[in-house]
Amino acid sequence: MSNWFILGIILLYLGFLFLIAFLAERNKQSKWVNSPYVYALSLAVYCSAWTYYGSVGVAARSGVEFLAIYLGPVIAAPLWIIVLRKIIQLSKLHNVSSIADFISLRYGNNRSIGALVTIICAISIIPYISLQLKAISETFQIITSAEANPVEGFVFSDTTFYIAITLAIFASFFGTLSLDASKRRKGIMFSIAFESVLKLTFFLIVGIYVIFFVFDGTQDVYNQANEKINLSSLSSVGGISGGLNWYFTIVLSFLAIFLLPRQFQVSVVEFSDRSQLKKAIWVFPLYLFLFNVFVIFIAWGGIVKLGTQDFNPDYFSLLIPLENGHNWLAVLVFLGGFSAVISMVVVSTLALSTMLSNNLIIPYGFLKKFTKNESVKNEKYIKVIRRASIFSLILLAYILYSFFDQNVSLFAIGLISFLIIAQLVPSFFLGMYWNRGSSLGAKVGMISGLLVCFYTYVLPFFATVVYNNPSIQMNGPWGIEALRPYQLLGLDVLNPTTHALFWSLLVNFFMYAAFSVSFKGNYRERNYGEMFVNSEQVVAMKETAFVWKGEAYVADIQQLLIRFIGSARAEKALLIFRRRYQVNPEEKLADARFINFAERLLTGAVGSASAKILIGSVAKEKPVSLVEVLQILEENKETISSNKSLEAQSRKLMLLTNKLQQANEELQLQDQLKDDFLDTVAHELKTPVTSIQASSEVLSDGEDMPFALRKQFIENILNDTERLSILINDILDLEKLASGRAQLDLQKHDLVQTAKKAIQGVQHLADKRQVLLQFETDSISIMADYDHHKMMQVLTNLLSNSLKFVEERVGEIKLSLSSNKKQIFYQVIDNGKGISEEDLPHIFKKFYQSKNQNLKKQKGSGFGLAICKQIVELHSGSISAQANRTKGACIQVEFPKNTAS
Amino acid sequence: MKKILIVDDEPNIVMALEYTLKKNDFQVFIARDGEEAIQMAQDKLPDVVVLDIMMPKVDGFEVLTQIKQNENLAHTKVIFLSAKNKASDIQKGMDKGADDYLTKPFSMKKILKTIEEQIRSSK
Repeated sequence: MSNWFILGIILLYLGFLFLIAFLAERNKQSKWVNSPYVYALSLAVYCSAWTYYGSVGVAARSGVEFLAIYLGPVIAAPLWIIVLRKIIQLSKLHNVSSIADFISLRYGNNRSIGALVTIICAISIIPYISLQLKAISETFQIITSAEANPVEGFVFSDTTFYIAITLAIFASFFGTLSLDASKRRKGIMFSIAFESVLKLTFFLIVGIYVIFFVFDGTQDVYNQANEKINLSSLSSVGGISGGLNWYFTIVLSFLAIFLLPRQFQVSVVEFSDRSQLKKAIWVFPLYLFLFNVFVIFIAWGGIVKLGTQDFNPDYFSLLIPLENGHNWLAVLVFLGGFSAVISMVVVSTLALSTMLSNNLIIPYGFLKKFTKNESVKNEKYIKVIRRASIFSLILLAYILYSFFDQNVSLFAIGLISFLIIAQLVPSFFLGMYWNRGSSLGAKVGMISGLLVCFYTYVLPFFATVVYNNPSIQMNGPWGIEALRPYQLLGLDVLNPTTHALFWSLLVNFFMYAAFSVSFKGNYRERNYGEMFVNSEQVVAMKETAFVWKGEAYVADIQQLLIRFIGSARAEKALLIFRRRYQVNPEEKLADARFINFAERLLTGAVGSASAKILIGSVAKEKPVSLVEVLQILEENKETISSNKSLEAQSRKLMLLTNKLQQANEELQLQDQLKDDFLDTVAHELKTPVTSIQASSEVLSDGEDMPFALRKQFIENILNDTERLSILINDILDLEKLASGRAQLDLQKHDLVQTAKKAIQGVQHLADKRQVLLQFETDSISIMADYDHHKMMQVLTNLLSNSLKFVEERVGEIKLSLSSNKKQIFYQVIDNGKGISEEDLPHIFKKFYQSKNQNLKKQKGSGFGLAICKQIVELHSGSISAQANRTKGACIQVEFPKNTAS
Repeated sequence: MKKILIVDDEPNIVMALEYTLKKNDFQVFIARDGEEAIQMAQDKLPDVVVLDIMMPKVDGFEVLTQIKQNENLAHTKVIFLSAKNKASDIQKGMDKGADDYLTKPFSMKKILKTIEEQIRSSK
């Protein structure tokens, strides 16, 4: 394909990325930009060109070793989340913007540690970026079929150079929109997430293509590859030595997921809320898994179709489609790889530039100048420094790239990067969990680890590969065999990388621990040590976790804040602070909380070390003894916890108030119900009285009334009188039962007999209405303690209720008894009109009448059920109506055989 | 002959009322619930309705509202006859547009007097 065609596509693609980042930045609040999936996918910046191309190469050369790099993060995902949560918590609290800031803060805003970490990161990452550029240049050559060496001749004729510059522009434009480096960069992250999707998709496409189009499925790939080479050596780990290597590589990659500056950037600095972690914990491992599914098949396919002699196995994924004439697919693969490169380079340089500016350049050179400038000018300067850093980093990587040997594989350089970055492990991880770790220990540990690294890996690597002088590697310096770089002290079971990792970390850990124990750090280190180790508490304590003694004026610090973060933000921050701690705005002297608060604000802009120096320049700090630090911290913790218990108390009080209110409302309701009850009672009584009065009046006036009519009126009066007396008895009964004055006459009775009697009582009425009455019992006699008369009343009430609600001729009522050792159950079921759902919860309520007081309820349904309930409950039993019946009603009663128990 | 509609669900009360009113030369109609009352009022166009409040299906207030809405019943007088005797109930009944409100138990003489008053006032 022609150069211009590919270049055109590259330009189009870059333009598209700019557009995406631009749009995302403009629609910062949109749901798409803030989706937790964007966060989870941006973590996949881990998969650089090294993954995209290199893992195929490793799989072709040495089998499943490549998997270790991706297994590390997958295996450790749960642990990763736990540790990451702590890192995020601390970083967000302190406005940390890079891993250098994080480590420097842990050791008391230590300037030199920040610088050291920055240098280590730069040493590690610049070759890594070179590697990415190398991948672009090589793939560009492959796809355009250019034979020439890219760096031959003039720099400006090299496409890679222009691509590198474009990436620098992209990173510096979208990466430095805000001065506060701890602020999120949504535009870049969105485009990174997009690229993650793209590179995975294209890689999967080529995987499927190789397996199903070039070959006939996975089995076919395996068979054909098996004929050509000995696959078992490529698909197994290979003995103890291989196992150890595997193990170390997994550990290494697990550590890298925290320590690589680009990972820190995407996982910590760009973090915003918890939902993101919940997604990340499965999306990211799944992503890595998918990425590796086809690697081995592409590698085998390449071995079969192309061979490892004439072709670089790193680029099998690109070469296979090209060889088969599927250029369009090759272009897709190229774009996928290009995406991997862009995301890695952009995020890495962004992270590194922040480190360079905030942890190296500003604290070591520009700070004095800044304290005299206006805020607008400062902001401009700092941004210029960051942009310049981005450009220099990419240029440096480009220069390094042009010295690369064509034969150095992507994978090998990548491992060097991991190896060097791993030197941060002790000071980073131990720092978070061991409060004694000191800055001196951290520094000595890192430097010595780095030296060991150089000696056991970089030195022999360069001597052998670059200068073609293997004597040091073979025989050791000055012929001393014990000092052979790849087999130090005779350790010869590990491959060079893991060997170097082992020794460097061993020395690093040892030095860190030894120096930390022997030389205590100053109080500030200890303060931060405590804060990092007890991060959970610190989050609650906020500024009070910081110990500081001295003299400083609020006005000075305010001035400083204005200079670095602008007056508007400074005002707002001050307001927040005063409100949080209820500080008097007139207060002139700054306390520890304010110092810490200001330091955090400045950390976001200029890094933790510079923040400390700046504050130091306006405050007279007095040394605090270690004992004091611990004392104050303890005191503050106590205050916090007593505050918490106060809070809990007030919450309890609140709860009680609510309960009281509820009880009051309940009482009011009861009162209301009682009123309603009395109304109902009065109404019920008045009806027969009215009838009696009216009838009597008619009779007394009606001398001329026919005899039959006269008799009818007299009968009416009699009926109403009887009704009145029943009503009065019911009311008295209920009142007696409800007030607890009713005495039960508990005796041993047979419930079967009682039930039969109750049925006899209503049989006459049932016959009259032609209703079928059935009786059922599970034994001939059921003996129990109960009040015979009252239980009869319950049964009769229930049966007559049912009789009222069933229809004539078709009505059926069934009373069934059953019992076990302790309990008696009986139920009355009918096929009448049933109980409405609305009434169901209330039918037994003493004072309950249907809601609409003006609507008359079915006749006679006055107090029967309420009386039943009272009686059953006096027997320590319960009565309920069965819900969800489609037809008829079912009332169930149960009570213990021996009420006393 | 003036037409009276008695609305009550207590047959014994209705019977006494019916006897007395007929004896006093009224034409009497009877409804046993609110629904029946509305229908009956429409059909028979009574001059006076003696209306209970607590009844099955539709209550007396609703019956009153329906009667007031019916143009054909513009001349109809409505007298509540209810056991509800609280001041608030009476107030409510009058607010709804009843022409009078008698409480149970009642005397026949009082009822007759009230009905005659209402008939006279409509002339």
